[in-house]
Amino acid sequence: MTDKQKNATAYWKENLRYLTILLTIWFFVSFVCGILLVDELNSIRLGGFKLGFWFAQQGSIYVFVVLIFVYIRLMNKLDKKYGVDE
Amino acid sequence: MGILTWTWILVGTSFALYIGIAIWARAGSSKEFYVAGGGVHPIVNGMATAADWMSAASFISLAGIVSFGGYDGSVYLMGWTGGYVLLALLLAPYLRKFGKFTVPDFIGDRYYSNLARIVAVIAALIVSFTYVAGQMRGVGIVFSRYLEVEIETGVYIGMAIVLFYAVLGGMKGITYTQVAQYCVLIFAFMVPAIFISFEMTGNVIPQIGLGQAGEDGTYLLDKLDGLHAQLGFSEYTTGSKSTMDIFAITLALMAGTAGLPHVIVRFFTVKRVKDARKSAGWALLFIAIMYTTIPAVAVFARVNLIETVSNKNYADLPEWFGNWEKTGLIEFEDKNGDGVIQYVADKSTNELTIDRDIMVLANPEIARLPNWVIALVGAGGLAAALSTAAGLLLVIASSISHDLFKKILTPKISEKGELIAARVAAAVAVVIAGYFGINPPGFVAAVVALAFGLAAASFFPAIVLGIFDKRMNKEGAIAGMITGLTLMLFYMLKFKFGIFDGGKEAVEGLKSSYWFGISPEGFGTVAMFVNFVVSIVISRMTPAPPINVQEIVENIRIPSNAGEASGH
Repeated sequence: MTDKQKNATAYWKENLRYLTILLTIWFFVSFVCGILLVDELNSIRLGGFKLGFWFAQQGSIYVFVVLIFVYIRLMNKLDKKYGVDE
Repeated sequence: MGILTWTWILVGTSFALYIGIAIWARAGSSKEFYVAGGGVHPIVNGMATAADWMSAASFISLAGIVSFGGYDGSVYLMGWTGGYVLLALLLAPYLRKFGKFTVPDFIGDRYYSNLARIVAVIAALIVSFTYVAGQMRGVGIVFSRYLEVEIETGVYIGMAIVLFYAVLGGMKGITYTQVAQYCVLIFAFMVPAIFISFEMTGNVIPQIGLGQAGEDGTYLLDKLDGLHAQLGFSEYTTGSKSTMDIFAITLALMAGTAGLPHVIVRFFTVKRVKDARKSAGWALLFIAIMYTTIPAVAVFARVNLIETVSNKNYADLPEWFGNWEKTGLIEFEDKNGDGVIQYVADKSTNELTIDRDIMVLANPEIARLPNWVIALVGAGGLAAALSTAAGLLLVIASSISHDLFKKILTPKISEKGELIAARVAAAVAVVIAGYFGINPPGFVAAVVALAFGLAAASFFPAIVLGIFDKRMNKEGAIAGMITGLTLMLFYMLKFKFGIFDGGKEAVEGLKSSYWFGISPEGFGTVAMFVNFVVSIVISRMTPAPPINVQEIVENIRIPSNAGEASGH
């Protein structure tokens, strides 16, 4: 394997690690908090909201937005680290 | 000034703006026509993507769906926003790096096969046509309700406008009109929401107002749960669908969103891979402004409606009730003849039938907002419908001129010839879409929701595997797409149209025999998993893709040297 290929493989591995972490959060806030555990979370209150309902109709969407911007930051740094930025 | 005058002023001004932009941003080359020249700023692209994505259904119907469905409506809120996370992390940057004009381009090249390309073209056309017909209908409906013209006339006006800027401007014209349309639609959606939130909760931010108490000191959501219990409806904050179905529908909508060709192509218009990521973030932010407001509007409207009509004398109702009765969106049938409106869950004693669209269309009137705010909603609905229609028409045009003619039928076609073909295809597509807008086949509304299932079952796995699985070959991908698409179509025909069991009448009775209790709207999730499994199994039993294709895959994983999108 050439150095260039090694570099590319290492970059891809780190990228996959980020994806795994971010998509776990994505799954957790929507499918776990908003759907699977919604009844349990609904017994907790956040002001006028039941927590499960809040995740399903508000919270998950906020987290989605934050997730993408975190991803942008992480990837920009990663691109620089491996010298593959434009 | 009256509502009608205000509406003509606002609609007229916004249309003049769209036409002005179209003339300023004419497309001169096929590259400008397909990808707006490839140098769109990421924030501009994010805004255009948001308008592209938010259709007449999002603007007019979604708040109503949530309002009547309560928690069940969450599937759309999470599904249609969570899809952007998949798009940003799994698709957009890599497709941008790949650097072609269309989704079938990617499928055809990555799977080194014209058969794969044709399957992708057919899937793109099915998805886009079903979707665009709904948009033209939306244009007609807004015109007829706000400007008191026939639905047909409304569709013709809409067709003329879209024809003008999509055919003339291509992606370049569409991009900049979509930016203007985003501004119009978000303003039109937020102004009434802010007014109503302030009126009902004292807080101007609807997202916060939703969690606050009304004048009587009870939290709005608790109050609504109480009202629902009184009238016999299922509790607003818990809904009635099974957990399994909610899960499946949400996932199908997410994967479908990420696989919709008209959304994906928007990411070909930016300069660099990092711009593609950035635009996905901005797009979701712009969408989230509306999507987090929708649940608030839904609750405000529902509380307002119940308090205004429930157990009130028909004779004492405010003027808007009569206005909207005329359109047939709201109907009162005095079953027990006491002149009082009984609005309850029990179908045999319920006297009020309400179309869910009224929650957005009539909401400002129900809340007694000024006339210009009411008129604004009409202009916003038109902006939402037109922006989505234009994006879809471009996908249809480029599928035909680029993927079909340039890549398969007449590869020698000149740049000029291709541009003419694209414009003719766009014009023909507008006419067909207009036809379906005027004569809507009964299945359009049903199929629009299922377009996501189809996209999830066909495109999403093929694209994801094409990027993340280097070993994936044409045999696997084609088998997967065909199995996924067929399975989804079969399930739709069986359970949505009752084709194998004696037609539409059988649909209700078939509900108990859903596979795993999953409704057709959520079945895209199952079909998608079947696609993934079939693709992977078949690909491992057949030869690996050629070396040059494996190199393409390695290349799209690295952002540097993205170059510009090209058709060659």
